[in-house]
Amino acid sequence: MASGEIDVAYVAKLARLALTPAEVERFGAQLGALLVHVDELAKLPVDDVAATAQVIPQSNVMRDDIVRPSLDRETVLVGAPRREGSYFRVPRIIGEDA
Amino acid sequence: MNSIDATATEIARAVNARETSAVELADAMHARIGERDGAVGAYLSETSELAREYAKRVDARVAAGERLPLAGVPLAIKDNMCVAGTVTTCASKILEHWISPYTATAVARLLDAGAIPLGKTNMDEFAMGSSCENSALRKTANPWDLGRVPGGSSGGSVAAVAAGEATIALGSDTGGSIREPAAFCGVVGFKPTYGRVSRYGLIAFASSLDQIGPISKTVEDSALVYDVMAGLDPMDATSVDRPVEATATTLREDLRGVRVGIVDEFALDKLDADIRAVYEAAYADLVRLGATLVPVKLPTADYGVATYYLIAPAECSSNLARFDGMRYGLRVEGADVGATYEATRAAGFGDEVKRRILIGTYALSSGFYDAYYVRAQKARTLIAADFAKAFADCDVIACPSASTPAFEFDAKSDPFSMYLMDYYTIPMSLAGLPSLSVPCGYATPAGAAGPMPLGLELSAPLFAERALLGIAHAYERGTMHASKQSIPAIPSSATVGAR
Repeated sequence: MASGEIDVAYVAKLARLALTPAEVERFGAQLGALLVHVDELAKLPVDDVAATAQVIPQSNVMRDDIVRPSLDRETVLVGAPRREGSYFRVPRIIGEDA
Repeated sequence: MNSIDATATEIARAVNARETSAVELADAMHARIGERDGAVGAYLSETSELAREYAKRVDARVAAGERLPLAGVPLAIKDNMCVAGTVTTCASKILEHWISPYTATAVARLLDAGAIPLGKTNMDEFAMGSSCENSALRKTANPWDLGRVPGGSSGGSVAAVAAGEATIALGSDTGGSIREPAAFCGVVGFKPTYGRVSRYGLIAFASSLDQIGPISKTVEDSALVYDVMAGLDPMDATSVDRPVEATATTLREDLRGVRVGIVDEFALDKLDADIRAVYEAAYADLVRLGATLVPVKLPTADYGVATYYLIAPAECSSNLARFDGMRYGLRVEGADVGATYEATRAAGFGDEVKRRILIGTYALSSGFYDAYYVRAQKARTLIAADFAKAFADCDVIACPSASTPAFEFDAKSDPFSMYLMDYYTIPMSLAGLPSLSVPCGYATPAGAAGPMPLGLELSAPLFAERALLGIAHAYERGTMHASKQSIPAIPSSATVGAR
């Protein structure tokens, strides 16, 4: 398992997190130290072990597809940072030249 | 004993018998919070009007002849659980003003059973932390020593119960967030089996680990709350479709025939001498009450923290992607939509949340996924298998809930030293086991105002809540540690202030 350096600026970009240069440095050092600890897992013989996503013997829970009342529009929109009438107002996502 | 200092079991009996009213209790409890919470800081918001409304409803239902299992019992709710119409913050700036549009199933079941919602309690931001110091909104003190942390992440909930500012509380536990703070504040904290309590309305942190559970003064009260809220919920597909065995009516008074596993890897010589003595005495008490101690091995337990700090952040980085400033919560406008996402999350999340998002994103990223995330999931399989093997020889496992009593504020500035606080609780979380902390004695660390409580962690096989609570109750009744010391008087003029 690779250890040590973590490209914090790149990971922050993936995580949609703006970081200051000071944060990149600080988090980089802290996460590097954590990686040294998690690298201990390399000592465990796991090659023939199945991965566990969750521990309860339960899969593919199905339910009937029936129409039920849901939250009313005003209750939901009251939390919107910006709204326009009965819509969420969000920044432009598709460019005009797209 | 004043009625607001009674247990939930006693309060429900008195309200059902109409010896006292839910409205009187709610009013008295809000007065108590007014006196004490300036110094303790357990609550982020009080829901006094809602409490009064529910209290009136409970009194009317009781007058009409209903008997309610939690009639008039004052309840504090961790602020990562939704209560319709109230602010739910997760102690984060990104949700500071967000109003829940619906009520969490676990909360709704308690309210329907007669509990009174006093307010929402402080926590580490998004439940990430072990001291409550990661709250972006308030500082919470340990009622036993106001210069020390209450533990976390459910720090406000345990502090409220310990300070007499609530009779019961709800917490959530991902890697120890109910059990460690319960130990630090000298109360009972119980994490049920993964999937046993609905998480509908609990704001997700790590979905394969998160579980809601009760915090209370006695094991019996935790059993009472568990019985009301456990069971399948159609709104949470991860809640387990399996009958719930009632626990509060089947508690036992001795430990005859009980086999208690003592884990080789958790040898007590790792602990300071005074703390070790407390746990040696606790194990001796188990024997005195009739139990047999059985040595068991958990060879992978030492890998728990490393496994957890890959799996939990990976899931957190995915779950917290929803906080993008578009539909709810904080939005900080940027030049374009990408810049808006980045600025919103930079301003809205605190350092610990950012660290976990970063490590989780890294562990899931291309080139590192197999080496970190998948390897951790495989380690998790080994940890769960170790427990299954150990439980072939014992009914419950006993160990410390934490290696120390509550520490002073700012004592753990290195993030990894904080992560190690959950050394004894994380393995059980990874295996999904029911696990609780019950008071087991006191130690006086250097500089403490007085004795600080310690907790004994008891853990059982999946779905063995009845056995676990029964055994914990017998230990509690046979030792009565909670009544051996009491919290110092809380100065009504003091304030822990805003962070």
